[in-house]
Amino acid sequence: MLTRENTVNLVLALLLLVAPLAANALGQPFYVTLATRIAILALAALGLNLALGLGGLVSFGHAAFFGIGGYAAGILSSHALSYEPMMFGLSGTVQMPIIWIVAAIAAGLVALAIGAISLRTSGVYFIMITLAFAQMVYYFAISWPAYGGEDGLSILVRNQFPGLNTMKPLSFFLVCYVVLLASIGLFALIRASRFGAALQAARQNETRVATVGIHPYRIRLTGFVISAMVTALAGALYADLNRFVSPSMLSWHMSGELIVLIILGGTGRLFGPLAGAALYVAFEFALGGLTERWQFFLGLILLGVVLFARGGLLGLLAGKAKHG
Amino acid sequence: MLLDVQDITTYYGASQALFGVEFRIDEGEVVALMGRNGMGKSTTIKSICNLMPPKTGRILFGGNATERLAPYKVARLGVGLVPEGRRCFPNLSVHENLVAAARPGSWTLDKVNALFPRLEERHAQMSKSLSGGEQQMLAIGRALMTNPRLLILDEATEGLAPVIRQDIWRAIRQLKAEGLSILVVDKTLSELLPVADRCVILENGRSVWQGSSGDVSADIQDRYLGV
Repeated sequence: MLTRENTVNLVLALLLLVAPLAANALGQPFYVTLATRIAILALAALGLNLALGLGGLVSFGHAAFFGIGGYAAGILSSHALSYEPMMFGLSGTVQMPIIWIVAAIAAGLVALAIGAISLRTSGVYFIMITLAFAQMVYYFAISWPAYGGEDGLSILVRNQFPGLNTMKPLSFFLVCYVVLLASIGLFALIRASRFGAALQAARQNETRVATVGIHPYRIRLTGFVISAMVTALAGALYADLNRFVSPSMLSWHMSGELIVLIILGGTGRLFGPLAGAALYVAFEFALGGLTERWQFFLGLILLGVVLFARGGLLGLLAGKAKHG
Repeated sequence: MLLDVQDITTYYGASQALFGVEFRIDEGEVVALMGRNGMGKSTTIKSICNLMPPKTGRILFGGNATERLAPYKVARLGVGLVPEGRRCFPNLSVHENLVAAARPGSWTLDKVNALFPRLEERHAQMSKSLSGGEQQMLAIGRALMTNPRLLILDEATEGLAPVIRQDIWRAIRQLKAEGLSILVVDKTLSELLPVADRCVILENGRSVWQGSSGDVSADIQDRYLGV
């Protein structure tokens, strides 16, 4: 069905593909990297959008999962390159698919623990407790000298994907692009499923949900864990993009940035995170070239969005959300 | 016996709303819960669903005591509530409202759509954009999707156009014919009494009269239900 929103989504998806292809053809790899950054940030925000947009869970601690994904990539590849076994004598790997699985599982387990406690609260307490847990992970990473501590950990050679030379910017972009589209598809499937309907219903009214026999806590915990796993996948890709992972990926600025991306793009919208990430990176690039204080202007724009265009960029382009 | 409400008292904070309500519902029975406004009908229903747990007394549903169960567990035992004021999930579509509630059993999407064909016509529409009557059908359909053993209808026809009321009453009669147990609160006695097997009348938070619906005389109506 080609509704206005679907058209906008299609255009966004195609733009993100065509722009780096064109830049590559014109010999401008810098723009390919910029597009890769958009795709990865969009993926991270897409993960958060599951919890925030569908479940109404304002997690201010998703940087923890983003960073765990990043450290999974960094730690696995450093062990593989140094041939030093890790815990339990397991060896590292430079294969992206394995790294992704490890990243998602590690973040999922941490999210299960964090969510099991945080989801007993709601509203501002939930925001604060997720922030507190993320800060614990942050300080843990800073004080862990084995993997660089405060200085972070370099990934000497970008991890590999079977059949591709990931050192080529365009190849790595395509990997990220396909992962993003697949995750958007997963989001759409979840939103249309019984679980997705229950997650959204729990956001709208907890009592009513209970009277139809749904346990809001369990539904939310599942949503929170899936959300964290997607964000961790983005973290692993982000580490590979920069070939570097540091505690800054875990900092609360990162959590805030992910929320900003969602608000800019449109909360709960399928392509909201992508629209938000594109806008954010474009601002960062355009305004950042003009002034060092570009975040001041981003703040003004965010203020404008919250006050005058609450549906975000997608709300402006595609009309009010069907799901709100 | 399906539901056994044993002398419950329920409080809103410090103020007492129920002072001793007791009644029973058997399998396949339709029971009308009656009384003037503010006499405790809705509080009784919230107590049964454990949304407002009784302070004393107990409630057995299918032999299980509900006092320690969270509301969602009471619902899973088979209590299907259609709350007062046709409360759907406003930002979900008709289809999503129904699917979110689904539990295994004989009631499926097809069966609900057959009962309320309007819901099928509007399956993709946001429930907040439905008319009042359609929202009520959706609220009933959603409760049926949980495959309840007892359906509770709290003022299901209140504030609806006469034609729509007829649709709802027709559906209630059909559900009764299928053998579903129903607890119903409604002000339209001319429709309520023919469909109910028994009536329970509340006054000031107490169950003061019980009997078959044929025995609700004009005198009783005057005494307990008249304005």
